[in-house]
Amino acid sequence: MAIMGTIAPILTAGWMGANGDDGWRLADYVARGGYAMLRQILENRRPPEEIIAEVKTSVLRGRGGAGFPTGLKWSFMPRALSGDKYVVCNTDEGEPGTFKDRDITRCNPHAIIEGMAIAAYAMGANRGYNYIHGEIWEIYKRFEEALDEARQAGFIGQNILGSGFSFELFAHHGYGAYVCGEETALLESIEGKKGQPRFKPPFPASFGLFGRPTTINNTETLASIPFILKMGGEAYLNAGKPNNGGSKVFSVSGHVNRPGNYEIPMGTPFTQLLELAGGVRGGRKLKAVIPGGSSSPVLPADRIMECTLDYDSISKAGSMFGSGALIVMDETTCMVKALERLSWFYHEESCGQCTPCREGTGWLYQVVHRIENGEGRPDDLETLAHVAGNIGGRTICALGDAAAMPVQSFIQHFRDEFLYHIEHKTCLVPKDVQWAGSDFHRFGN
Amino acid sequence: MMFSAETLRKFNREVAKYPAGRERSAVMACLALAQEEQGWLSPEAIEAVANYLGIAPIAAYEVASFYNMYDLKPLGKYKLTLCTNLPCALSGANHAAAYLKEKLGIALGETTADGRFTLVEGECMGACGDAPVMLINNRHLCARMVPEEIDRVLEECA
Repeated sequence: MAIMGTIAPILTAGWMGANGDDGWRLADYVARGGYAMLRQILENRRPPEEIIAEVKTSVLRGRGGAGFPTGLKWSFMPRALSGDKYVVCNTDEGEPGTFKDRDITRCNPHAIIEGMAIAAYAMGANRGYNYIHGEIWEIYKRFEEALDEARQAGFIGQNILGSGFSFELFAHHGYGAYVCGEETALLESIEGKKGQPRFKPPFPASFGLFGRPTTINNTETLASIPFILKMGGEAYLNAGKPNNGGSKVFSVSGHVNRPGNYEIPMGTPFTQLLELAGGVRGGRKLKAVIPGGSSSPVLPADRIMECTLDYDSISKAGSMFGSGALIVMDETTCMVKALERLSWFYHEESCGQCTPCREGTGWLYQVVHRIENGEGRPDDLETLAHVAGNIGGRTICALGDAAAMPVQSFIQHFRDEFLYHIEHKTCLVPKDVQWAGSDFHRFGN
Repeated sequence: MMFSAETLRKFNREVAKYPAGRERSAVMACLALAQEEQGWLSPEAIEAVANYLGIAPIAAYEVASFYNMYDLKPLGKYKLTLCTNLPCALSGANHAAAYLKEKLGIALGETTADGRFTLVEGECMGACGDAPVMLINNRHLCARMVPEEIDRVLEECA
């Protein structure tokens, strides 16, 4: 997998179509103009406030899913405070549907390193970690190699390029815990503990890694920084649409002919992305799309077909932009079965710290499981609504909400299908049709 | 110490990533390295990692039991972790699971009689564009697990 298609690319310009095993090394990145921005900033001693202002102007919003304005987040760091301060990159990408950071790290690891070094300079941080999902071990090893290259060339380490600015950067791998994508769970994990989210406040900018001021940004966010500063915040904003700056790497999976990553401007119509991804598999009819990773509410076909791909449009349609990961489902999909699998995921991945999530995710799974298996009861949908309603907003982190939202939205939009299951003890979509629909479709054919 | 000199050298390299006094941070990496060397994490291995880092054995055990990729029981020479989450399922993960079960003659969670393969169901690996995906021994992520591809990668597991 590499970048499968683009419209006006910014972040992936220069390595689109790369098969991932060429073009990631330091020499290639430098030949594409890489590290020129870091060098320029350090040589000109550009005021950190100016860099943060430029990022604010770009309206870059956190690409990990929350969409928080990056420049604003950076401005929360107490730059003048002495002692260790940290920049942490979140490459713990394990939300079903999301696989952009893996390709960014594989094809352009030095953009992340340069982005982190610039972020550290702007926030007065002296140390950093990139937390990488354990399952993509080969990518973790590659990032470590890229770090060695950057260290040898003097782009990270002590007294970078003779500027007096120092930034030590390391990679830390996860080992199979979705919840570590939550920023405070991730910090606990770097501290060598179970990945259980912390209460907030205090926020990481005041009490983060090892109790020191810390800013955590997503991989795509940090990798975008050198490009934003190169083209200017205003130009980056204009590449997208107001309130939704720049371009975005969208991960498209499920029932499409060409699954993969696509970099397109924010605000591009969904129909255009679907077309880039080769359309619905086998020319079948679109049924639904989960637009922002598995935690975002599902949207039926007629709603998503009207959407443009940006925070405002997706939110107006009743879902969340999230990480820009679209799971496409065609007419052969059984929505009960789809929800059953997602509910198992959240049950399996709940860290167990908060009772509503630890117990509630198990109950949600059990009830959806019995409906799917022909043992549904007439009041099961009410039970699901009740349980989901008692998880949402009652837990330390958003994993509880993430488990509740699919349940609520699947039932809201596909109620008839759930009722049919309960009443007829079987699926509205015949099993052989489901089986045929999800059979592997040969790539590119 | 129960680990090889090479593994201990790697332990040292991990510890050096963190500030002085923060050796505990290296526990995840050291447990992964211990498992890589020994095939699984025995209580003795977990305790040895804890002793190496100067932390309580329970602190290391807590980590080993929290994260899914640590194996606290012996298993086959090759652990096959097949993702069956939604995006993989929409692209044939359940077909791949059925094919693997039949080919290996075992159910999910079981090990073949000759001790070569353990088949387990996994959660999202963040590679849904390559669906269905399968991870071999926590290290090598295989893309597009159609029957011919499954045959090919299993043959490579000599």
